[in-house]
Amino acid sequence: MTTRGKLKPRLGAFYAVQLPEADDFAFWRERARGLVQCDVPPDRIAWIEPGATGSLFASGDTRLSPPPSDARAVRASKAFVQAAQTAMCHSDPDRFGLLYRLLWRLQGNPRALEDRADADVRRLDEFIRQVRRDMHKMRAFVRFRLVPTDADALGPEAAEHYVAWFEPEHHILRANAGFFVRRFANMRWSILTPQGSLHWDGDALCEGPPAQKADAPAGDAMEELWRRYYASIFNPARLKIGAMLKEMPRKYWKNMPETALIADLVAGAQGREATMIDAGAIAPEDRPDSLSAIDKAIHMCRRCPIGELETRAVMGEGPQDADLMIVGEQPGDQEDLAGRPFVGPAGHLLDEHLEQAGIDRAATYVTNGVKHFKFVMRGKRRLHQSPTAKEIDTCRWWIEDERALVKPKLVLALGASAARSMLGRTVSISRERGRAHGLGDGSELWITAHPSYLLRLDGAGREEQERLFDADLAAVAGRLAELAGR
Amino acid sequence: MSRPSTLEKLAILADAAKYDASCASSGTSKRNSSGGKGVGSTEGMGICHSYAPDGRCISLLKILLTNHCIFDCHYCVNRKSSNVVRARFTPQEVADLTLSFYRRNYIEGLFLSSGIVKNADHTMEQMVEVARILRDENDFRGYIHLKTIPEASPDLIHRAGLLADRLSINVELPTVAGLTRLAPDKNAGMIEGAMGGMKASIDEARDGKKHFRHAPKFAPAGQSTQMIVGADSASDADIVGKASQLYGRFRLRRVYYSAFSPIPDASAVLPLKRPPLIREHRLYQSDWLMRFYGFAPHEVVEATDAAGNLPLDIDPKLAWALKFRERFPVDVNRSSREMLLRVPGLGTRAVGQILATRRHRTLRLDDVGRLTTSVAKIRPFIITCDWRPTMLTDGADLRSLLAPKQEQLELFAA
Repeated sequence: MTTRGKLKPRLGAFYAVQLPEADDFAFWRERARGLVQCDVPPDRIAWIEPGATGSLFASGDTRLSPPPSDARAVRASKAFVQAAQTAMCHSDPDRFGLLYRLLWRLQGNPRALEDRADADVRRLDEFIRQVRRDMHKMRAFVRFRLVPTDADALGPEAAEHYVAWFEPEHHILRANAGFFVRRFANMRWSILTPQGSLHWDGDALCEGPPAQKADAPAGDAMEELWRRYYASIFNPARLKIGAMLKEMPRKYWKNMPETALIADLVAGAQGREATMIDAGAIAPEDRPDSLSAIDKAIHMCRRCPIGELETRAVMGEGPQDADLMIVGEQPGDQEDLAGRPFVGPAGHLLDEHLEQAGIDRAATYVTNGVKHFKFVMRGKRRLHQSPTAKEIDTCRWWIEDERALVKPKLVLALGASAARSMLGRTVSISRERGRAHGLGDGSELWITAHPSYLLRLDGAGREEQERLFDADLAAVAGRLAELAGR
Repeated sequence: MSRPSTLEKLAILADAAKYDASCASSGTSKRNSSGGKGVGSTEGMGICHSYAPDGRCISLLKILLTNHCIFDCHYCVNRKSSNVVRARFTPQEVADLTLSFYRRNYIEGLFLSSGIVKNADHTMEQMVEVARILRDENDFRGYIHLKTIPEASPDLIHRAGLLADRLSINVELPTVAGLTRLAPDKNAGMIEGAMGGMKASIDEARDGKKHFRHAPKFAPAGQSTQMIVGADSASDADIVGKASQLYGRFRLRRVYYSAFSPIPDASAVLPLKRPPLIREHRLYQSDWLMRFYGFAPHEVVEATDAAGNLPLDIDPKLAWALKFRERFPVDVNRSSREMLLRVPGLGTRAVGQILATRRHRTLRLDDVGRLTTSVAKIRPFIITCDWRPTMLTDGADLRSLLAPKQEQLELFAA
C-alpha cells in the first residue's frame, strides 16, 4: 500500500483521453488499464470522442505517468470484456466513463456485474441491448441495390456490384461487417453510412470514408417485385399497426423501398376486409332456432345466384322428431309451384318405392339440399339445372340448421348433390351407396341415387337401377328398425 | 389470353400464401457462404427483414408454387370450388426470384407451399425441384422451409428433408370431426402418419451425426405445424390439449395458431367475421407457458372457463394465479425459479435477474421494480423484505384491479 500511496496522483488532477475512433475498444482498454494501475478514480477522467469538443474540465494536459512496476494486474472478467466491447459501439458519450467506473469497481468486487439491480450494471445492460438491437436491425433492414452497369464498358465478366445506404444509430458498422461478409461472401458489395463505408470484393474487406445517400444507386428494378410481394403478403383483416411499429420504427423507413406502401395499405385495409366479408357474407350471426324461422329466412336468402331467380324457396316438411331425414337435390318445377318438396314426378316415384320398402313418408322429414329451383327457360318450359358445388355449399347453412333441429338418427341423401350438401365433398354414388357414413354427431348418412335419375332411364338400365334403389331403401329401413330398437 | 407476368403471378401466389402463419428462420444449423459459390448464411437467430401492417414479420419469401388445387378445403382460399384467379410458377422462376431477393437482403430464404396439382407426388416433386435448383445448382446456403404434402411418397419427403431446413405439415384443425367437416379431402391419420415419418427421419439423422461427422443433415430446424383457430367449434382446452400432444408425440419445434380470417370467395359453412386475434394471442401465451414457464398442459386448461376457453381480457398466467391464490404470495428472496416463473408479470428474463441479484443483496420492492416493467401488477403476488401484500392477494376485487381497463369499443369491432 505504501508504494501505491506514493504514486497517488495529486488531488484535483484531471486526465483527458482523446480516442482515435468512436468504437476503438483496444485503445480504450489500453488506457483504462494504465489509469487503473495509476489509481486514477473515475471522476478524474474525461474521455473525448473524435469530433467532440472536449469536456469542461479537460485542460487535459495532465500527463499520465507510466504505471509503477509493481502495480497489480488489472482484473476484469471475460463477461465484462465482452460486454464492454459491445457497449463501446453505443453512441452515448458517457459509455467510456461508465465502463471505466465499472472496471474500477470490479477491482474491489470481481462479481459486481451480477447485481442486476445496480444502477451502473443496468445502464450497461441497456447500452448492450440497444447496440445489439441496432446491429440486428441493420442486418435486417439494409437494402442492396444493383449498380446499373454499362455492359459494353465492363464486359460480361465484370461482377455485379451491390450497394446499400444505411444510417445506423450507433457505431456498429465495423462490428457488423463479419455478418455481411459471411452471408454475401461471393458477391461484390458496399455498405455506405454517414460514419464510414465498407467494401467487399469477394476476397478482402476495406474501409472507406463516410458517404452520402446520393453515393448509392437511387433504385433497383427488383424493388417493384419486392413491393408487390410486400403488399400481397399483408392480410388486411389483421391490421396491427402497433406491432409493426414496435419492430420497424419509422426512423428506418426512409431507406426501405417497401415502406412507401404502408400508408395506402393501412388506409385501404378496412375497406378490403369489409368487401371480403360482404362478398361471402352468410349474414345472420345467429342461426334460426326453429323450423318456422328457417322457413321464413330462406325466402329472403339471396346468397347465391339461384336465390335471384325469383322462385319461391321450398322448406322441408315432416315431423320435427323424425328418425329419418330424406334429402333431395333441389325443388323442381312442380315443387316450386306447390311450395312443398317431392310432389312432382320424382316425388311420386319416391313415394312408391318408400311404400315398397315399408318406410312411412308421413313419419319422415323430407327436404332438399338446395332450397330454390334452378332452371333455364326453354320456350315456355323451365328446364332443371344442377346446382354448382359452390351453390350447394352456400345452401349447407340451411340444411345443417334443419338437421340440427330435427336431429334424425339417419339421413338418406338422394343423388350426388344431396350427398355433397351433407359431406362437403363430391362423392361417387356407386362407390358410396349401401353403407353408413358417420356424420360426426352420432347419426348416420346413407347415400343412394336420386329418383329423377331413374326417370331418365328406361329398359334394362332402369330395371337394374330400380333394383339397386330398392335395395338401398330396404337397407335403410332395416337399419332404422335397428336404431329404433336400441 | 396473354401469359401473366412474373409480377402478376407473384401477387397471386403471395396473396394465396399469406394465411400460413409461420415465418421463422431460426434454429437451424449454422453455416455461411465462405468457401462456396453462392450466397447465404444462417447463424442461429432468425432475422425479420420487414414487417407488414398486420404486425407479422416478413422473414422468408412465402409463396405458393401454384394455387391450382384438387382439394376442396372450406377454410382455404385456393380450394377447388373457389373462384380466385389461378397462377403457376415454374421451379426455375421461384429459385430465380428467391436469389434475386436474397442478394438484395430482402429475405432470409424461401418458404414454399403449393396447391395440389395432378397428384400429391407430382406436386411434391416440383417443390423438391425448387430446393434442388437452389441448393445444388446455385449453392444457396440460406433458409428453406418446405410445406410437405402428407400424401406424397416417403421417398420424396426424405429428399425434401435433405435439402430443406424445416419441413411442416399443417394439422389445420384441432379435432378430427372439424377436419372431416371442413377439409373433406384430408385425412387426420395420414397427416399424423407423415409427421411421425418425418420425426423418425430427423431422429435418425441426429443419431447419425453422433457417429459420423459428415452424416447428411435432415431438416436441421425440425418440423412445425399450424392450427386454425375459430373456424370450428373447438375450445381452447381442445386446442391446448392437441398442441401439447403434438409437441410430445412428434417433438415439433413449434405449433402455430392462425386466427381464421375472412378470405375472398369464402365457403358458406364458415363464420365470416373478423379473425379472433385476441384468442390467437392468448393461445400463443399459453404455448409460451408450456414451453418456457414449466406449465403442464392440464395446468393451462385449469385456467380456462367452464366452456374450456381462456379469458380474453387477462392473460392465461394471471388467470391461473387468480384461480390458485393459495400458492401466493411468493417470496422473491427465497422461492425457487419454478415458483417465481408462476408470478404473473415476471418473465423468464426478470426471473433470471432476480436469481442473480439476490446472491448479492436482499431484494426490496424497489429493486424488483427496476428489474420488471410494472411492479403494480406483481405486487399482490410477491413478498420482499419491505413488502407483504397481506389482504391484497385474497381480495375479491383483485381481478378487477389487475385486468386492463376497458378501452372504448372499436367502431368496426365484431
